[in-house]
Amino acid sequence: MAVHEQQATVAPPTAPARPPMSERTRHERRLGLMLSAPAFVVMVLVTAYPLVYAVVLSLYNYRLTDPAGKEFVGLSNYATVLTDPVWWTDFSTTLIITVVSVAVELVLGFGFAFVMYRILHGRGLVRTGILVPYGIITVVSAYIWRYAFQLDSGFINQWFGLGDFNWFGERWSSLFVIVLSEIWKTTPFISLLLLAGLVQVPWDLQEAASVDGASAWQRLARVTLPNMKAAIMVALLFRTLDAWRIFDNPFIMTAGANQTETLSFLAYRQNVTLLNLGVGSAISVLLFFTVVIIAFVFVKGFKTDLSQVRGDS
Amino acid sequence: MGGQKAGNRWTVYGVLILLWALFPLLWMLSLSFKDPSTFRSAKPTFFPKEWVWTNYKTVFSDSLFTSALRNSVGIALIATTLSVIVAMFASYAIARLDFPGKKVLLSMALAIAMFPQAALVGPLFNMWRNLGIYDTWLGLIIPYLTFALPLSIWTMSAFFRQIPWEMEQAAQVDGATAWQAFRKVIIPLAAPGVFTTAILTFFFCWNEFLLAISLTSTDRARTVPAALSFFTGASQFQSPVTAIMAASVVVTIPVVILVLVFQRRIVAGLTSGAVKG
Repeated sequence: MAVHEQQATVAPPTAPARPPMSERTRHERRLGLMLSAPAFVVMVLVTAYPLVYAVVLSLYNYRLTDPAGKEFVGLSNYATVLTDPVWWTDFSTTLIITVVSVAVELVLGFGFAFVMYRILHGRGLVRTGILVPYGIITVVSAYIWRYAFQLDSGFINQWFGLGDFNWFGERWSSLFVIVLSEIWKTTPFISLLLLAGLVQVPWDLQEAASVDGASAWQRLARVTLPNMKAAIMVALLFRTLDAWRIFDNPFIMTAGANQTETLSFLAYRQNVTLLNLGVGSAISVLLFFTVVIIAFVFVKGFKTDLSQVRGDS
Repeated sequence: MGGQKAGNRWTVYGVLILLWALFPLLWMLSLSFKDPSTFRSAKPTFFPKEWVWTNYKTVFSDSLFTSALRNSVGIALIATTLSVIVAMFASYAIARLDFPGKKVLLSMALAIAMFPQAALVGPLFNMWRNLGIYDTWLGLIIPYLTFALPLSIWTMSAFFRQIPWEMEQAAQVDGATAWQAFRKVIIPLAAPGVFTTAILTFFFCWNEFLLAISLTSTDRARTVPAALSFFTGASQFQSPVTAIMAASVVVTIPVVILVLVFQRRIVAGLTSGAVKG
């Protein structure tokens, strides 16, 4: 530190990496560390530490119903999980829900964003309206849709002449209702993110394309969408990872019946319901890795620019 | 004119979006006014044949719901307050100061925003039992505060970056320390951003379900989403469907009020952290 002090030249206030350490800079660094320390400590204690603990637990055969039988078993819990068809069924369920809901939400959300961008009367009203599904409790949304489709209480079958079709009687129709609730609840968020990106597309580019004789679709495909790439990728990444941990909707709507259990649900069931902390922790760790892989694919594979999310531009 | 017609077309789409967003709420409202003993039918209708208040009386006389409401309000308010305070300091540092570890902090916040909470359910469950905070307010406040932090930090640091910082420097020239400048000049300017962040954080805490059912077991700390999933209605012979809808209406009211009053702020807050602008 003293070394830096000697080269006390004038530096711009936001100098990178190694600013010369004047009295003020030192004070600033100390203040910065002090102010961010609580956030840092809380995040490490409540996420990093339990995650390490999960890794440790996953190496043991450990059931809370039989604490005395705790023994080190190495990686065998992982083998147990990965060779069990339940993991793969839940994996595919989670994958289906994520892909379908994110794809639909992206298209629908873009439509919403475009309407909110172009609408002249009642823009505020529309924005207020779509914020209600955003703010509503997911469990409440799940109940609303479940009861709308349920045989003895729902109106859907009556309105669409479906007689006594039991939506929750098999896998695909159950997944349909789950995805519907998910889409209803989260499209507003994605549409607002896309609207923010849409607003930033330079208007003169649109104008120029229009003058050059580009049709509305061409303008959308060649000018608007490419200019929104950053906003779209960020919205996609966030929604994908959010959809990937889906728990509330299947829990409330089907309780996991008919192969509608998701990975988060599986982790919950093993850990909390069955108190099987060894296998449950292995599932937790694997779930964490799936998230890391998804994030990695987005950042490296699709070149999602997270600097604008992190705000350290 | 064509322009007028085109304008009308967008208005029609706008009305369709509103319908899509609000129609399910109408269904919730309608179901909550149906008679719990007769609403089941082979041919259910959308609106009740007869509108009754029974379900609302049921939920407010059920201690499962009233205690859950108290827990939800208390836990969400405390967790929001703490999260906003902790994030406020961090966001100021991020937006304003140059210090080592800034990138680490931001990356960590990003990682936690993407973190699957279900991966922590097992270890937290076990740790909380050992620490004796399983099934307590504190046991939920701590993880809520943590998982709300990334959202709070982004939203607030985005707001903080738009503050005219010359005023802080002016205060410092006048002899104020950095801390005084922060407290006396910046906090009043930052209040709107802090408030918006608080609303978004409150939504998060109010909504949370997975940790709420994993880390509680009685009505001591069980929040509304968790209680709803255990709700059995006025008696075991009666279907809980209509009562659950009544409870849902009750807990949706605060959301609707916040949205109506602070629409502009919420939109600004939701988009500020994710997309610069």
